[in-house]
Amino acid sequence: MAQYLPIIYAIAALGGLGILFGIVLGFADKKFAVEVDDRVSAVRAAVSGANCGACGYTGCDAYAEAVVHGDAKANACIPGGAKTVKAIDAIMGLHAQALEPMVARVRCQGTCERVTARYDYSGVPSCRAVSGISGGPNACEFGCVGYGECLSVCAFGAISMVDGIAMIDDDACTGCGMCVGVCPRNIIQMLPRDQTVVVMCRNEAIGRIARLQCKTACIGCKRCEKECSTESIKVVNGVAVIDENTCTRCGACIPVCPMDCIINFYERNLQDEATATA
Amino acid sequence: MNPIVKILLFMFSCVLTNNYIFSRFLGCCPFLGVSNKVETAFGMGLAVTFVMALASLFTYFVYYYVLVPLNLAYLNTICFILVIASLVQVVEMFLKKSAPSLYSALGIYLPLITTNCAVLGVTILNITEGYDLLYSVLNGTFGALGFLVAIVLMAGVRERLETAKIAAPLKGFPISLVIAGLMSIAFLGFSNMFAGVA
Repeated sequence: MAQYLPIIYAIAALGGLGILFGIVLGFADKKFAVEVDDRVSAVRAAVSGANCGACGYTGCDAYAEAVVHGDAKANACIPGGAKTVKAIDAIMGLHAQALEPMVARVRCQGTCERVTARYDYSGVPSCRAVSGISGGPNACEFGCVGYGECLSVCAFGAISMVDGIAMIDDDACTGCGMCVGVCPRNIIQMLPRDQTVVVMCRNEAIGRIARLQCKTACIGCKRCEKECSTESIKVVNGVAVIDENTCTRCGACIPVCPMDCIINFYERNLQDEATATA
Repeated sequence: MNPIVKILLFMFSCVLTNNYIFSRFLGCCPFLGVSNKVETAFGMGLAVTFVMALASLFTYFVYYYVLVPLNLAYLNTICFILVIASLVQVVEMFLKKSAPSLYSALGIYLPLITTNCAVLGVTILNITEGYDLLYSVLNGTFGALGFLVAIVLMAGVRERLETAKIAAPLKGFPISLVIAGLMSIAFLGFSNMFAGVA
């Protein structure tokens, strides 16, 4: 028995100290208890929980606290959408307006077979790295380079790489805009969901060169500009740009484009669904 | 020597010559982590001071009145960590209640005081150097004040770095480490200051 005494002492001493400190801490916890506003946890439960940072705060927790303190608007949670705005309104008694639902659009159609390759790249698989090397791997210096920088930041799995360009899944995209900032080519743009007609090119090169670079490049021919009845589509810096405030989404510019670089997402999504079900 | 003079010299040597960061390289994690702003650095310094002073006091009793009589001196590390962790918990609760802005500014570095090597270092040095109760507490308090001086100086420099023009490869952490090294060299100047008297 005597040879076990040191072990028992050790256990008793450490355990005793532990219990003693535990009791002291228990009292301190009661004494220093901080009352947390119930609304913070309620708002926290109502927002998306993606921690995407689209609201401008460091995370959903920080946003929830800011909402309750009145520093943030109730409609800043983009992934949460109208549902979250309503929920926060109910908690806070606010009457905020829902944001216009947005969706990310990759303004490029330069798939591997359409765009002319300039060199073979076998370095770090990163869009930033490759687009820094003599203007990128493609002849077109404006388009998607296809290494999926955007895919890695998407918290909702809405981006996939198809034939060397990023494709957005409209249903999965919440419009948080995380992908916009990481694209070194700046080809991802947040557009209102109902802006179905989109110019799918940012190539600013003059027509002849743009045509050599990619089979679906905007050559700045201005045919769309002439066709538009509301003057909503303009060729700026050699590339067609649609003003979504005046565009009626009539789609008159689509058939006249000789390079097929304006597309109607409503119709394309219908087509995609048809091919998916067929 | 006059005991009061001796104590004063001991205090100064804790802050300057035996500075925990610059001479012993203990506690470098919060020193680099929380030295972005003078205000938070000062708060961190005060939190460390509080924990170090009380840890010195408590570990003294734990060591000489619990561990030594029971022949359990070999358990000092784990017992001291227990004491320090509990103290940090109390500090954390206290700050959360009374200084929420400081609490959120310190963030992860506050619970990290638990495993701050400077705090554990002080308590173990107190034992190995054979300090009595008064000297243990003085060592803890003024060693921590040395930490406070170091981290506030560092934060002052880093606040100015925000607007300074720094070569791209040195931006951020590298320049901070360079500055820490230079400050360490500067503190080397104090190293023999009290050698003749203490």
